[in-house]
Amino acid sequence: MTVALPRRKALAAGGLLVAFSCRRARAAARLPGDLQKSPLLDSWLRIGPDGRVTVFTGKAELGQGIATALIQVAAEELDLRPTDITLVTADTARTPDEGFTAGSHSMQDSGTAILNAAAQARALLVRQAAAQLGEDSANLVTRDGAVVAPDGRRLGYGALAAGLSLDVEASAASPLKPPGRFTVIGHSLPRVDLPAKLAGGAAYVQDMRLPGMLHARVARGPSPGTRLRAPDLRGAGAMPGVVRLVRAGEFLAVVATGEWQAVAALRALTASGWEADGTAAGGTAAAAPIDDAAGLPGLPARDLVILDRAGPAPADGARQFSARYTRPWLMHGAIGPSCAVAWFRDGEMTVWTHSQGVYPLRAAIAKLLRLPAARVRCIQVEGAGCYGQNGADDAAADAAVVAQAMPGRPIRMQWMREQEHGWEPLGPGMLGAVRAALGPDGRIVSWEYEVWSNTHSRRPGGPGVLLAGQEMDPPFPAPAPRPIPMPEGGGDRNAIPIYTLPRARCTYHFIPAMPHRISALRSLGAHLNVFAIESFMDELARAAGSDPVTFRLAHLDDARARDAVTLAAARFGWSARRRGADRGFGFAFARYKNLGAYCAIAMEIEVARETGALHLLRVVAAVDSGQAVNPDGIRNQIEGGIVQATSWTLQEQVGFAAGRRTSFDWSAYPILRFADTPGRVDVHVIDRPGAPFLGTGEAAQGPTSAAIGNALADALGRRVRDLPISPARVREAASV
Amino acid sequence: MISLSVNGRTHAVAADPATPLLYVLRNDLGLNGAKFGCGLGQCGACTVMVDGAAVFSCLTPIAVLPGRRIRTIEGLGTAAAPGPVQAAFLAEQAAQCGYCTAGMVMRAQALLEREPGADEARIRAHMQPNLCRCGTQLRILRAVRRAGRAMTGGRRASL
Repeated sequence: MTVALPRRKALAAGGLLVAFSCRRARAAARLPGDLQKSPLLDSWLRIGPDGRVTVFTGKAELGQGIATALIQVAAEELDLRPTDITLVTADTARTPDEGFTAGSHSMQDSGTAILNAAAQARALLVRQAAAQLGEDSANLVTRDGAVVAPDGRRLGYGALAAGLSLDVEASAASPLKPPGRFTVIGHSLPRVDLPAKLAGGAAYVQDMRLPGMLHARVARGPSPGTRLRAPDLRGAGAMPGVVRLVRAGEFLAVVATGEWQAVAALRALTASGWEADGTAAGGTAAAAPIDDAAGLPGLPARDLVILDRAGPAPADGARQFSARYTRPWLMHGAIGPSCAVAWFRDGEMTVWTHSQGVYPLRAAIAKLLRLPAARVRCIQVEGAGCYGQNGADDAAADAAVVAQAMPGRPIRMQWMREQEHGWEPLGPGMLGAVRAALGPDGRIVSWEYEVWSNTHSRRPGGPGVLLAGQEMDPPFPAPAPRPIPMPEGGGDRNAIPIYTLPRARCTYHFIPAMPHRISALRSLGAHLNVFAIESFMDELARAAGSDPVTFRLAHLDDARARDAVTLAAARFGWSARRRGADRGFGFAFARYKNLGAYCAIAMEIEVARETGALHLLRVVAAVDSGQAVNPDGIRNQIEGGIVQATSWTLQEQVGFAAGRRTSFDWSAYPILRFADTPGRVDVHVIDRPGAPFLGTGEAAQGPTSAAIGNALADALGRRVRDLPISPARVREAASV
Repeated sequence: MISLSVNGRTHAVAADPATPLLYVLRNDLGLNGAKFGCGLGQCGACTVMVDGAAVFSCLTPIAVLPGRRIRTIEGLGTAAAPGPVQAAFLAEQAAQCGYCTAGMVMRAQALLEREPGADEARIRAHMQPNLCRCGTQLRILRAVRRAGRAMTGGRRASL
């Protein structure tokens, strides 16, 4: 691990002048991306004397490939080889505070900031070179890390940087390259992190080994709402290799020299069983045990009208339709259980974590440990893919509590598989209900949608939402859950249809009391809302006697949306499709959050009526993420999103009994394996040179789920509206 | 002391004979490739090869391993000089977070050393014990087919 140097504060005279003029300009215009939050150029990049450039992002590599894409963006605008760039990701001592790496925001926020910061830095380098070379800036070009004059004289960035301060505020306008001149953006640069991952390099927080490091395990009951019954502290403390038991309130952890010794001691601590601890599993009082999303409308709700478009009332001849759709609670299901390393030295706490938000986590841990935030540093190191808020933050807090009790010793805290399954915040259950009317011309004349759901994010939340914080004596209070406001939304994300509807009303029944411990799961409410809207669009198309793609296009004005739908249909061969026995075709589309990436999906499935097994034979997707930085990275995200959403849709459901979880491993919470993987997935990327980055990671989940449901309805003539579309439900639909 | 042969080298390990191989590889031998995923033999993130077969290192106590040949991804090649399966995974960019990848590579290696010409159905069946949550299975299948072609010297025409 490297140690941060304090950011250079000295201002060169030229830098001051630039800063002054920029500050005035800034009052007039918003800065691009997260430059708005961190306007100094050297927050984002620094040029070394060797000409190598270090780029800083507050976003985290989560396996989504963001590191590679951000390096491409910087390399493009700096006219530098990607190999000459070092990227530093989220670290409270070194990088800008960009909040959470979530919501498909990284390219929009950080990519845009780095694109503009790099372009402005290049302009400063050119200006510096012009002065040194006695040339007009307009005659100079940048190439391979140097500024080059028409007569061939070159000045390397390293030499130029010695006389240049980047401690200046960014301008609102940047001298960006025209996209036609891009040589790095738009190309599928291989992922920079994969060679080490394929050769056993130290790539994950799980792989860290610090001098004198000890292995810790936290001891808890099996799931929220439980605690250990009479753990055998003396017996566990006397086991081989055990260095110490750390207790604080209800918090209990074992620390050992050897990792397997820590595991053995944990088993001893938990051997005497568990009991209910009298708290609600979801952490909020008075939440009745509800294990089925169908029960959500029975809970008290705050009704938020998120769309109310008064149009003409449907005429008498309009035909009315309605349907309800549900989704169960889902797990993130990281393949690697959460892990963190913490080290308390000289009154300073350093935590290496795979959290999605190092700055908010630092604030929470500082309060938990009663330390000033300046004495806590959180550094993001990759873990297994998280797909939202899993146990990462909790494990980081667990590690920090242990490390504070054992100053000087690095502590590696590793959750066990049953702890990740048992304690990770779940993706919330949801229910959506649609009513719509079709006019005599087969067009939708009115639409009403209601969705019932908890909040979809408990972040940042502070120490009261962290398990360790809830176990302190007294416990830190958990803040009241809040809805995420539109236009992005939480439970109501994508609840407003993108279609042109003359009369529409959408209501989010926000349920404050949480039956289960929950937080952000990839795509938040968009998963169920898109499943509901896109399933119902198919039901209406069928009622109108219209082709599903034609019916969507008839209600779709957004030109880019139409392009995505049309391309997916064309590449799939939608209009020429011929349905075989026990086969079906499904189509679905959404624009993520109605402001992010566009994704249209067509697929063909096969159903085994006897077993209820549903297999995806082939899938075609069209995606428009704006300017495409790394097309293969986009394809990888969409392919992965389709496969993961296939798993959600066909197999996944957290089991509960009397309000508590019963899914503690991959046998009780099965996910997709190779046999269930679609036969083929083709992703077509629509590039939009010069258009804003839109992000890709969450675009496919909703459309995939709906396309599966639509394909099943096409195959059987009967629809399953409750997720998961399990073999039992398919058999039931097939038997009628 | 228990004597283990890992990637062609013999190591004397001072650990409880009941310790699963995974913990010895990671902590005693400093090998990062095999990953802790479940400790239950359900996910395959810990997969290594023992005498040519793919095994779950999280379940295999070191007591049963003396005299047997253990291989991990570190024994297949390096970032600079990857083995054919590693090279195929790179060529297909067959990963997202990569946490499952070393286990995938080792399970594929065990198949392809015996059956480099394994077809799609055979590969899917063989890879069934290993989980990927990012959804890169289709890329992994392409990578395994590509590696199989490389290991047969490109002689198979059917792929």
